[in-house]
Amino acid sequence: MNPFSSGTRLRDMIRAIRACKTAAEERAVVRKECAAIRAAINENDQDYRHRNLAKLMFIHMLGYPTHFGQMECLKLIASSGFPEKRIGYLGLMLLLDERQEVLMLVTNSLKQDLNHSNQYIVGLALCALGNICSAEMARDLAPEVERLLQFRDPNIRKKAALCSIRIIKKVPELAENFINPAAALLKEKHHGVLITGVQLCTDLCKVSEDALEYFRKKCTEGLVKTLKDVVNSPYAPEYDIAGITDPFLHIRLLKLLRELGQGDADASECMNDILAQVATKTESNKNAGNAILYECVETIMSIEDNGGLRVLAINILGRFLSNRDNNIRYVALNMLMKAITVDAQAVQRHRATILECVKDSDASIRKRALELVYVLVNEGNVKPLTKELIDYLEVSDEEFKGDLTAKICSIVAKFSPEKIWYIDQMLKVLSEAGNFVKDEVWHAVIVVISNASDLHGYTVRALYRALQLSAEQESLVRVAIWCIGEYGDLLVNNVGMLNVEDPITVTESDAVDVIEIAIKHHTSDLTTKAMAMVALLKLSSRFPSCSERIKDIVVQYKGSLVLELQQRSIEMNSIIAKHQNIRSTLVERMPVLDEATFIGKRAGSIQATVSPSAGASINLPNGVAKPTAAPLVDLLDLGSDDVPAPSSSGGDLLHDLLGVDLSMASTQSGVNHAPKNGTDVLLDLLSIGSPTQSSQSVSDMLSSSQDNKTPVSPLEGLSSPSSNSIQPTSAGAAPTIDLLDGFSSNPPKQENNGTAYPSVVAFESSNLKMVFNFSKLPGNPQTTVIEATFTNLSTNIYSDFIFQAAVPKFLQLHLDPASGNTLPASGNGSITQTLRVTNSQHGKKSLVMRIRIAYKMNNKDVLEEGQISNFPRGL
Amino acid sequence: MIRFILLQNRQGKTRLAKYYVPLEDSEKHKVEYEVHRLVVNRDPKFTNFVEFRTHKVIYRRYAGLFFSLCVDITDNELAYLECIHLFVEILDHFFSNVCELDLVFNFHKVYLILDEFILAGELQETSKKAIIERMGELEKLE
Repeated sequence: MNPFSSGTRLRDMIRAIRACKTAAEERAVVRKECAAIRAAINENDQDYRHRNLAKLMFIHMLGYPTHFGQMECLKLIASSGFPEKRIGYLGLMLLLDERQEVLMLVTNSLKQDLNHSNQYIVGLALCALGNICSAEMARDLAPEVERLLQFRDPNIRKKAALCSIRIIKKVPELAENFINPAAALLKEKHHGVLITGVQLCTDLCKVSEDALEYFRKKCTEGLVKTLKDVVNSPYAPEYDIAGITDPFLHIRLLKLLRELGQGDADASECMNDILAQVATKTESNKNAGNAILYECVETIMSIEDNGGLRVLAINILGRFLSNRDNNIRYVALNMLMKAITVDAQAVQRHRATILECVKDSDASIRKRALELVYVLVNEGNVKPLTKELIDYLEVSDEEFKGDLTAKICSIVAKFSPEKIWYIDQMLKVLSEAGNFVKDEVWHAVIVVISNASDLHGYTVRALYRALQLSAEQESLVRVAIWCIGEYGDLLVNNVGMLNVEDPITVTESDAVDVIEIAIKHHTSDLTTKAMAMVALLKLSSRFPSCSERIKDIVVQYKGSLVLELQQRSIEMNSIIAKHQNIRSTLVERMPVLDEATFIGKRAGSIQATVSPSAGASINLPNGVAKPTAAPLVDLLDLGSDDVPAPSSSGGDLLHDLLGVDLSMASTQSGVNHAPKNGTDVLLDLLSIGSPTQSSQSVSDMLSSSQDNKTPVSPLEGLSSPSSNSIQPTSAGAAPTIDLLDGFSSNPPKQENNGTAYPSVVAFESSNLKMVFNFSKLPGNPQTTVIEATFTNLSTNIYSDFIFQAAVPKFLQLHLDPASGNTLPASGNGSITQTLRVTNSQHGKKSLVMRIRIAYKMNNKDVLEEGQISNFPRGL
Repeated sequence: MIRFILLQNRQGKTRLAKYYVPLEDSEKHKVEYEVHRLVVNRDPKFTNFVEFRTHKVIYRRYAGLFFSLCVDITDNELAYLECIHLFVEILDHFFSNVCELDLVFNFHKVYLILDEFILAGELQETSKKAIIERMGELEKLE
């Protein structure tokens, strides 16, 4: 009996849903259907069970919740007829996935069905197993699947082969059981079985070194012959695509040969002839042929060197690159990325074409081409390439500008032959796409400018000009106001003119104008305004004639709702009005910023932001640098049942962590200002305030005004306990203060002298306690060594104990192996594990971490998760 | 390997969604929404490949329907493009001149065909004839 012909109710329901004019109507229909189905489930209605499940699948596809039907799937699977089982398995695959616990109940049914006398039912079970098998099921059912690899019917053999792939991916230890039966499949004539067998062998090679060795020794020649037969086979209508017999099989075979040839000269030698034949003989006027050529090129690039073949491969890529079909050009760019490690010269020859691809209208092509250009840049060609890219920046799409800008900045920083060129290029980028420039990039620009003392005048004038044209680019504005504040006198007096410059006339009040516009502009954010305020203070000293005017501008922010601005306004107003005598010393030019420190500080974050793409470009296979912490599992990854991360939080995790970080910093800044107090007034004045500081400032201000009942201005209150900080000596001490450290609310001293940090109880539940001990490596303040000690608080022994941790991007985490995986009961022993955390934003952000602890208690899996945000400050 | 297969119309209604990796329902909906947004407005002259998170989507449009495969970044794009076409040919053959409505009313059959074509995210059979014959045998059992 066909579940769908017995009544027309499924069709009726689909019709009714399709007839709905509004979403609300559709919801009503679905609700009614679901109610009826629930009722039927409650009555344990057998006759319509399969039809109800079919309806549920449709409803599920529309996006409505259907978990209440999950048990129905199991009941149908357990029934005896093929039609019921068929719909039950279909429901199982659609409504459940491997993470549901219900699935454990189905293992037994699957086992029975895998041994069923009806081969169609065996087929159903294999299909379900292949699609939703979990690690546990894989262990339980592997012997059945292994046996079915030798089943008489080819339909079962091919399904079993693909099931085996899933099994060995879930449980790589099982691989060795499959090596022999998989090798046997390679001798098959049936294309379906052969292609699945080849695929199984490829995956076996990836998980097992033994398998790779075995296939390499025993099967290479056979595979070469099989490929030869397929290539030379006469017309076979059943498998023919565009005049080629079974291109899919070609591709799978080439892929397996690649695995075998990689790193083995003999195997590579063995396949040279057939690769040459495929590369030269395959028709390239249809997609199918090109797909084979593409795979063949990849194999040639990967196996051991054979000069002749590689020339052939590079030529094919050259042809691809000039193809009119965008798909072909895309794959050519993709493959050239691999070719660059093999023959950089040959790829450089195509530079012009690749550069054209950067400007393509198709985002996919642009992205590939940009990655490729990025790896093509060297000292020799950096100037013309950068020019091309910057020119293109002007006309590129908004959504592409971010990527493009990041790449240009990275290229310029890496290869710039001289400082003036670097400054010129960065100014162009800032004027064109300043809004896309990351913070660390414009920070770096300031550091370089500060170090190029002979170019200060040139730079500030260039920035002034650029600002007239592109005032809407925030980071350009920031760099410009910083420089005008520092070097305003050079701007006005045309000091240090270079030959290439046109002289400009800027009056003192013009310079102040620029900053006034910036501070008043509605799009300027807090950072810009705060920087502008500091620049104004500096100018008030550099241009005494404008001092009154500057005072007026500054005073306007006395009532600003933003505390940071209000505070600065009041402090600066006080400096301008009452402390003329120390003002000039106070606002002296910033000491040269230390490039080495900055680069060191940045190294961590750069690694996280820029170089993944660079790294990926060179060893493309993944295209993505995996985060070091395992729990940030790729959502789309097959293996995630072992680490069943609540997937919705995958992306939010970082946010969470960062969010916590912020709030924590602000709560602590109130409590923790003891080490900070007055000594950092200078820092405070020069700092580009982050919101965390404002709360700090409030507490400072409050405390100081309490101290001094007399109505003195807060600045005096602040400065009086430690007036030496405003004395000229402090300006002399200033070189130790990095501008960018101004962001931090920690005194820099604390960083390097190996302060002892208190241990913390990082995690505690009713069953388990985890204590962290901290230490610093001498000379490396960014890195913290954490010794985690786990103690069992329950009366049961824990086995298979695994600790995992995840950190946000600005941190790098390295986990050493644990001291054991069994935790004795009642605290009679412990497990220790060492973690090394490198904080690329050391001093700016505190450590945060998410943890997950898994163990077995009484043979039951237990999972505990938590977030640690009580790290001591300054780690 | 194939991570998931989606069949969506231009309005973004999902006509078939097959996942070979475990995802939460909410995540599936998000993926379907994002993939639709990615492919629906692309110029026909553009490549049939778009990068999607850490994978890539190979898609092809047939009339108002988008067939999208999400595959590993290292997979052969051209081969999967051919694979989509083969699947469409099979559907076309099975429903004799397939249209969207066939797929709506016979969605369960489409899943069954797909299960004969792709399993565990890998290609299972490359012969159209073999799959149609197998479907015939299975239909007889019902």
